[in-house]
Amino acid sequence: MSSTNTTAHSVVEPTPTVKRIAGAIVILYALVTMVPLAWIFLTSIKSPPDSISYPPKIVFTPTLEGFCNLFTTRTRQTPDYIQSLPAPTGTCDEITRSRNMVIAGPSNYWPRFGNSLVIAFGSTFLAVSLGTLAAYGFSRFRVPLADDLLFFILSTRMMPPIAVAIPIYLMYRQFGLSDTALGMILLYTAVNVSLAVWLLKGFIDEIPREYEEAAMIDGYTRLQAFWKVVLPQATTGIAATAIFCLIFAWNEYAFAVLLTSGSAQTAPPFIPTIIGEGGQDWPAVAAGTAIFLVPILVFTIVLRKQLLRGITFGAVRK
Amino acid sequence: MTDAPSTIAERSAEMLARATPTTIAVRVRGFSDRAIAWLFITPTIALLLAINIFPLIWAVYLSFTNFRANRPNAEVEGVGLRNYQRVLNDPDIWIAMQTTAHFVFWTILLQTVIGFAIAYLIDRKFRGHAFWTTVILIPMMLSPAVVGNFWRFLYQPQIGLFNYIVSFFTGIPPSSFEMLGSVALAPWAIIIVDTWMWAPYVMLICLAGLRSIPDYIYEAAEVDRASAWRQFWSITVPMALPFIMLAVLFRGIENFKMFDMVMLLTGGGPGSTTEVASITLKREAFESWLTGRSSAFAIILFVAVFGLANIYVKALNRVKQR
Repeated sequence: MSSTNTTAHSVVEPTPTVKRIAGAIVILYALVTMVPLAWIFLTSIKSPPDSISYPPKIVFTPTLEGFCNLFTTRTRQTPDYIQSLPAPTGTCDEITRSRNMVIAGPSNYWPRFGNSLVIAFGSTFLAVSLGTLAAYGFSRFRVPLADDLLFFILSTRMMPPIAVAIPIYLMYRQFGLSDTALGMILLYTAVNVSLAVWLLKGFIDEIPREYEEAAMIDGYTRLQAFWKVVLPQATTGIAATAIFCLIFAWNEYAFAVLLTSGSAQTAPPFIPTIIGEGGQDWPAVAAGTAIFLVPILVFTIVLRKQLLRGITFGAVRK
Repeated sequence: MTDAPSTIAERSAEMLARATPTTIAVRVRGFSDRAIAWLFITPTIALLLAINIFPLIWAVYLSFTNFRANRPNAEVEGVGLRNYQRVLNDPDIWIAMQTTAHFVFWTILLQTVIGFAIAYLIDRKFRGHAFWTTVILIPMMLSPAVVGNFWRFLYQPQIGLFNYIVSFFTGIPPSSFEMLGSVALAPWAIIIVDTWMWAPYVMLICLAGLRSIPDYIYEAAEVDRASAWRQFWSITVPMALPFIMLAVLFRGIENFKMFDMVMLLTGGGPGSTTEVASITLKREAFESWLTGRSSAFAIILFVAVFGLANIYVKALNRVKQR
């Protein structure tokens, strides 16, 4: 046996040529899939004429016009009127005036972005908190009908969002929760908590009971043992779950477009509504999209290990 | 399992038990375990009852009525099973189901082939494979609505990057085809975006499957002089199959419900060529305001997904047991 073990590694290890070919194909695929993303960032710093030129421009003079148009609302004015104004106060002011327009006020982009932040982080915090408690309960105690409950909790995710939205719409209208951040937080929490319980139960199951039992023998109550022994052990699992909840809530569109319209509207339903004069203002749309994607890109790169663990773990356990 | 306590915790627990044998009985303070179990689980159950179960029951009730959400004060009458009969006899709804099936079939096929191929290549463990795995995952983290909206720009007939690249490689003039505007191409425009976004997910699950195959099986095959081709079909594919089937299940459920990407890319058009079930449901519920009828349709959809998923899981378990 020992002789096969020493040679085993070389048998299973692919040859350098195989590795090189595999690497080349994977890298090519990765680069091709990055093209749309790169195009979002490139378009966001193009001027509107550059963005719609044919053939598509890769070399161009970068401008902040897209971002200016994203953050402001503008009105068209006569050149005479613009001449009579005092000197422009900022870059955006200058760019806008060069298009024979003046800034009328801020756009709704940052308020919508703020709503997205509040709703995504609020619901993630709630879903993970509730989910951790429930997962611990399901993991450590005998709960009557636990399996049925867990399966049922999970199956609620199979509902098409529009199907859920019909009664939620009526219910929220009744209780005054339509178009409120609280309503959206509660809804996203309910959607996410099912996945959170499921994922976290798996993570907590992996923590040996003996840890808490030792702590309880040491004089901790069950609650203290949960707080000081189990929670620190479950941090990775909680982080992985939190990223999932956050990504779902951040990206969600169907509920947001049906249940919010004004003050509580999040960024996903807002961004497609960005329009300029005579059609879609693509640099502004690209700028709004780019800003919206940056937090997720940072999360993906910084927390890739937890993310990978969460995706495969969640999938394989089900 | 060994007799000797293996983990540090077990050992320390034992030591503590030996050191303090008389004090254990005193330790029952604070909440009882039973109280804690309920304290921990009740909030989640209460939330799910309020936001999931109660609306679901309400939807079931509404599906037997002629209620319309834009006329909240009109008298609500029970109509028995008429809503269900109408939905099931509506040819438009069957066309929407066919559109959905076409979309689900092709996205799953493409994503499984691409996802498995990329996972297999990544599992060759070339230098830098961990980095490129992360890069490949990026599309699936993005918002289907927000990114789908930007794909509309890529698909513009004259100025879009997609048309430009296609014409660059094939010589077809970039303004001669409209990905989103033509009846023949619009379904494929959506399938391309969905595959771009979700093949990485299938890849990741397949990768977990490939990594779960122990090396000694390949070593044994090598000793038996099985060819690489034979090893692939007799070891790699069958042992990764439960994982591939799981990925298919998740993508199937998700794409059956597909709404946001289609809504932003085509809105169901041109005409109703890309009108998948969720879009039809949205039209009936929030544009025609046929609340009762759309509730019946929603419940039919839910039962269909749930039933199909259960049959599929049974098949999956049979594969796993082999």
